[in-house]
Amino acid sequence: MLHIVACIKQVPDTKIIKMNPKTNTMDRASAPAILNPYDAHAVEEAVRLKQRYGGIVSVVTMGPPPAVKAIRKCVEIGADEGYLVTDRAFAGADTLATSYAITMAIKKIAEKQPVDLVICGKMTIDGDTGQVGPGIARRLDIPPLTSVKKVVEVNKQQGYAIVHRKLEDGYEVIQSSLPCLFSVEKEINEVPYSPLPNMLRAARYNPIVWSVNDLGDIDRTLLGLKGSPTIVAKVWPPEKPKGGEMLQGSTSEQVANLMDILREKRGLFRVKEGQV
Amino acid sequence: MNLDEYRGIWVYIEVRDGRIAPVSLELLGAGRQMADKRGVPLAGLMIGEGIRPLAETLFPYGADQVYVYDNRIFSDYRTESYMRAVIECARKHKPEIILYGATSTGKDLASAVATDLETGLTADTTMLDVNAETGLLEASRPAFGGNIMATILCKKHRPQMATVRPKVMKALEPDETRTGEIIDEHISLNEEDIRTKVLKIVRETKEKVRLDEADVIVAGGKGLGSKEGFGLIHRFAVKIGATVGASRDAVEAGWIDHEHQVGQTGVTVTPKIYFAIGISGAIQHLVGMRNSGLIIAINKDPDALIFQSCHYGIVGDAFEIIPMLMEAFQEEPDKEVSYG
Ligand SMILES: Cc1cc2nc3c(=O)[nH]c(=O)nc-3n(C[C@H](O)[C@H](O)[C@H](O)COP(=O)(O)OP(=O)(O)OC[C@H]3O[C@@H](n4cnc5c(N)ncnc54)[C@H](O)[C@@H]3O)c2cc1C
Ligand SMILES: Nc1ncnc2c1ncn2[C@@H]1O[C@H](COP(=O)(O)O)[C@@H](O)[C@H]1O
Repeated sequence: MLHIVACIKQVPDTKIIKMNPKTNTMDRASAPAILNPYDAHAVEEAVRLKQRYGGIVSVVTMGPPPAVKAIRKCVEIGADEGYLVTDRAFAGADTLATSYAITMAIKKIAEKQPVDLVICGKMTIDGDTGQVGPGIARRLDIPPLTSVKKVVEVNKQQGYAIVHRKLEDGYEVIQSSLPCLFSVEKEINEVPYSPLPNMLRAARYNPIVWSVNDLGDIDRTLLGLKGSPTIVAKVWPPEKPKGGEMLQGSTSEQVANLMDILREKRGLFRVKEGQV
Repeated sequence: MNLDEYRGIWVYIEVRDGRIAPVSLELLGAGRQMADKRGVPLAGLMIGEGIRPLAETLFPYGADQVYVYDNRIFSDYRTESYMRAVIECARKHKPEIILYGATSTGKDLASAVATDLETGLTADTTMLDVNAETGLLEASRPAFGGNIMATILCKKHRPQMATVRPKVMKALEPDETRTGEIIDEHISLNEEDIRTKVLKIVRETKEKVRLDEADVIVAGGKGLGSKEGFGLIHRFAVKIGATVGASRDAVEAGWIDHEHQVGQTGVTVTPKIYFAIGISGAIQHLVGMRNSGLIIAINKDPDALIFQSCHYGIVGDAFEIIPMLMEAFQEEPDKEVSYG
């Protein structure tokens, strides 16, 4: 029986998001909140391991109350239990403060049943750092395994896991003692359409909600804005695209024109004689 | 924490297969400028097995000192062993700043180190500066899918740390007359203390795609219409000796592997020339390529967003234009640059 905890986050869909040009802040209302796409793979992998070895999957998120929706999405994928850790004290957390809060929540979850494995997504699409996963692992004092693209084996009896970690030009097969933490790549699995019974269960599912007071012996100075060593000093819109020069004329004139431009850069091309 | 005790700028030197990662040299270049502005030394920190001979090659690139951990236990990169070395070295010598390449190894290592040192870490930085008096590191990065740029500061904790995207900083022209000091470091660490073991390293035999290091990229999108249509991109790329890139939609259509994807969820690239062919120019794609030297867009929709983010644009059908371009390359008379 494995107990796997997947860490998930609800994020604004950055594809649709609009920025307020005056304040340079996100107009959160303009973007639908979704389950961080990478975290869907984390939950899916947890569910697959549960199916393979038996066990339960808990998901945990630190976020505002509407994050319940993201937890329901995880239940659709097959998670058994969801924990929403929500409190004003967490607001403004950077990755260090976030990993602290989530670690405290995982410790509390582990009181019910010891945790064998923690799975995170590669990164979030809003924070976009990939730092929270390794941070949780360090705080739990378990090995962090990032860039995991395949889980070969999880052997609870003998206390180890074997995974493939993606490298720049291949992968490494790495063995770690359990418990440990994986940050998973998107390619680790495909998240299929959820089976109907999961959908029905998810629609009615209400997660366990904890505030800071529920997290036991927690050091409040390490939470939220106060506990964050980094601050955002300034935000500004990325350089406005100036817009390119559109080449004019007939197609062959345009191509000739482009060749003139490229000719100046010819040193950059390394064309070999006799290819194509 | 007495911030004044911390002095000097460090670059974590990543060694892969006995070679120094290009991003480490780029960071020495950026670090040199900041160190001069602050009037402090610039050091490299190098960990591995049999790597000591590489240390002196860092001096021409700007390092004043190189800390070296050369030990069997470091033969493979492992978070647990490498982080112990970085943490111990930082506690002992107290640098004010540590920079890492935003590679998978650099990010993995820096995330773990930052947690133990309880300090701030800015991810995927694309602009770096330091305040000459206060020593505050100003690390700027794109956020929210590239919708904004943000400058991150770490005021009360040291060392200040950042991972920095490859190919955005510039390495110095090596100056062979420069010298420096190699400082050998030792750590007592036993194999039993490490809970992970690398069983095997598998190099994929297929030619590896190094989009992030390519000088010329030909990228294709959904506009190519089909896997066969995308073949045009491959042929053009081969013709001009370029590397193939793709939009996410082309990847998701199954026309090409994910490792070719450029953008927010793909690779960030900064080639000298980037061809965007049949790509609409969604913000998630733009964040991955907009720092390219010369961007050439070909799209049949005159209102395509990509035309607002390119240097030169051609409105037209890729299937007409690319073959003509390939022909033009073919006819290029100057064989010395060996066109076709
Ligand atoms: C969280 C998230 C992350 C994402 N990450 C990435 C990422 O990393 N990289 C990425 O690329 N996208 C990413 N996307 C997707 C992105 O938003 C766009 O959907 C995608 O880039 C569009 O791909 P495209 O331009 O190829 O396709 P389309 O938007 O369909 O554009 C095709 C273009 O081809 C043109 N065209 C059609 N036929 C021809 C022809 N014969 N000749 C010339 N032009 C032609 C059309 O006019 C059109 O402009 C992400 C989205 C999300 C939500
Ligand atoms: N607020 C959060 N609650 C739960 N898990 C999180 C949270 N933020 C980040 N994570 C986890 O950490 C991973 C990396 O996030 P990030 O460092 O923000 O890119 C995510 O994919 C999640 O698995």
